[in-house]
Amino acid sequence: MTKQLMRGSHAIAEAATRAGCRFYAGYPITPQNELPEYMSVRFAQLEDATFVQAESELAAINMVMGASMAGVRAMTSSSSPGISLKQEGISYMAGMELPAVIVNIMRGGPGLGNIAPSQQDYLQATKGGGHGGYRTIVLAPCSGQELVTLTIKAFDLADAYRSPVILLGDGLMGQMMEPVIFPDPIDPAALPKKDWTLDGARGRDSRLIASLHLDPTEMEQFNWKLARKYAAICERETEHESYLLDDAVVAVVAFGTAARIAKGAVNRVRKAGLKAGLFRPITLWPFPGKELRDLTRTIKSLLVFEMNFGQMVEDVKLSVGEQARVHFHGRPGGIIPTPHDIGAAITKLIHRYGL
Amino acid sequence: MAKQVFTRPKALKDNIFHYCPGCGHSIIHRLLAEVIDELGIRDKTVGVPPAGCAVLAYNYIDVDMGEAPHGRAIAVATGIKRTRPDLIVFTYQGDGDIAAIGTAETIHAANRGERLSAIFVNNGVYGMTGGQMAPTTLLGQTTTTSPGGRLPLRDGFPLDLSQMLAVADGSVYIERTAVTSPKNIIKTKRAIKKAFQVQMDDLGFALVEILSQCPINWKLSPVDACKWVEEEVVKSYPLGVIKDTTQAQNRMDRMKRGKRAKT
Repeated sequence: MTKQLMRGSHAIAEAATRAGCRFYAGYPITPQNELPEYMSVRFAQLEDATFVQAESELAAINMVMGASMAGVRAMTSSSSPGISLKQEGISYMAGMELPAVIVNIMRGGPGLGNIAPSQQDYLQATKGGGHGGYRTIVLAPCSGQELVTLTIKAFDLADAYRSPVILLGDGLMGQMMEPVIFPDPIDPAALPKKDWTLDGARGRDSRLIASLHLDPTEMEQFNWKLARKYAAICERETEHESYLLDDAVVAVVAFGTAARIAKGAVNRVRKAGLKAGLFRPITLWPFPGKELRDLTRTIKSLLVFEMNFGQMVEDVKLSVGEQARVHFHGRPGGIIPTPHDIGAAITKLIHRYGL
Repeated sequence: MAKQVFTRPKALKDNIFHYCPGCGHSIIHRLLAEVIDELGIRDKTVGVPPAGCAVLAYNYIDVDMGEAPHGRAIAVATGIKRTRPDLIVFTYQGDGDIAAIGTAETIHAANRGERLSAIFVNNGVYGMTGGQMAPTTLLGQTTTTSPGGRLPLRDGFPLDLSQMLAVADGSVYIERTAVTSPKNIIKTKRAIKKAFQVQMDDLGFALVEILSQCPINWKLSPVDACKWVEEEVVKSYPLGVIKDTTQAQNRMDRMKRGKRAKT
């Protein structure tokens, strides 16, 4: 268990390999190119692993779909514009209940945008993204080590719920180098056997994996099945971090890189005697709304901080209702705010409301 | 004593085809099932049907099937085959699927020499959606979206995807056949079998383009539809072997996948 200094994209790739991922397909896009590059080298060392540089994001996600049908742990990665292209495949995988991990190293948008870190795909990731009203589990890491643990967790959740899982980072998470510790690799053969894969109908009836349900009654039944699965995920899988909230009068609500910056801001204003804390959703879907609502028993002011112009703030408002004042501070377009920036916003709030 | 001369292939499920009267899909399904039986590969074959009329192919062909989004069958098949090289993986795609929305996936799979057998059913129209113009529609052919007939300046020329794929070094065997007559049907079966054999021999990408008839959308009787294929369609899409490098030694050396470069 030695510590290694590693770039975020490489940490994800190594963690995926250790989680038993044996199929990767991707297409170059900045700022995540280091991930497929690492995968191409790493998988070449393994006899049972396949790396494909696909001709497009569409092809990549569909190759992942096929690999998932064949039963292997499979992953693709991209950045915002490429993730838009993958939405077709993600919808189909939700409709066919196929596990896969999709890494989105977000950049500024809309359109081609830029290649700077941003959180402008929150709504796309958490509300389904593609057509047909499905959900994907969304995990938001905020450090190198968490890139490792959440990548591994993403594969476990994908298999457990037979669902695509999105690891939502940004350009900063992908590029930043931090010390990380990896767990021992999992032997893919030791993973629980899947009884639904396409591997040739030997000694059994032929199987079908499809998302087509022409009969509306059947389609409705399937949708209710998904709804029950999603309810179970919401019940069991929310995860968040609380930081200095016990005596706080203001809670900053932020995820990923924004939370990392907010933590610095909280430390900064604490030194000035202001009682601020941080509530950091780790699962963005399911959103830890109940935990946030519980928090409003003691904290009546929330400051949502995002690197966009207001997306998660909608989920925060839905969760707390009238129980707390919800304020918003955002920096869209690929700007990386400083702890000073968010610290000033906290200070202003506390003074304005005499907290 | 009665002698059995005709029976249902084991790989063909006992379901009534939903296809229109005179449609070529039912014939091609049966040929596929016969080939799978004859090669003895029913228990290691995986099929990928398209979006379109043949999306329900899994109701008929009794092998493991995984549905693909429209145009992406070959990419999905690539994922399956690369994960499980021991399986025999085929796609079944229409002309809109493989030659319009899925052109990129198809060309690059061929170029990578993916060990796949693609069954490309070309009937010159989007059948399931009601007979719109396809990339393969003939010049002058009237469809619901080419009123007065296909015009090159408005609608482009008929696209010969098989010729395009033949240019890619990774494709090994490409043949165009038809299912308009017993003779053509026998040739089609032979071609399908060869496309599977190429995959089993680990040689590279194989594709059979089958000119098929769509009497309903062509607004022709089944007999006239077959005649239209034999007299008109073949002028733009001549039948025969388009590419066969299964015997080429230099290709064999270059394309060996078993020992892929490891770094």
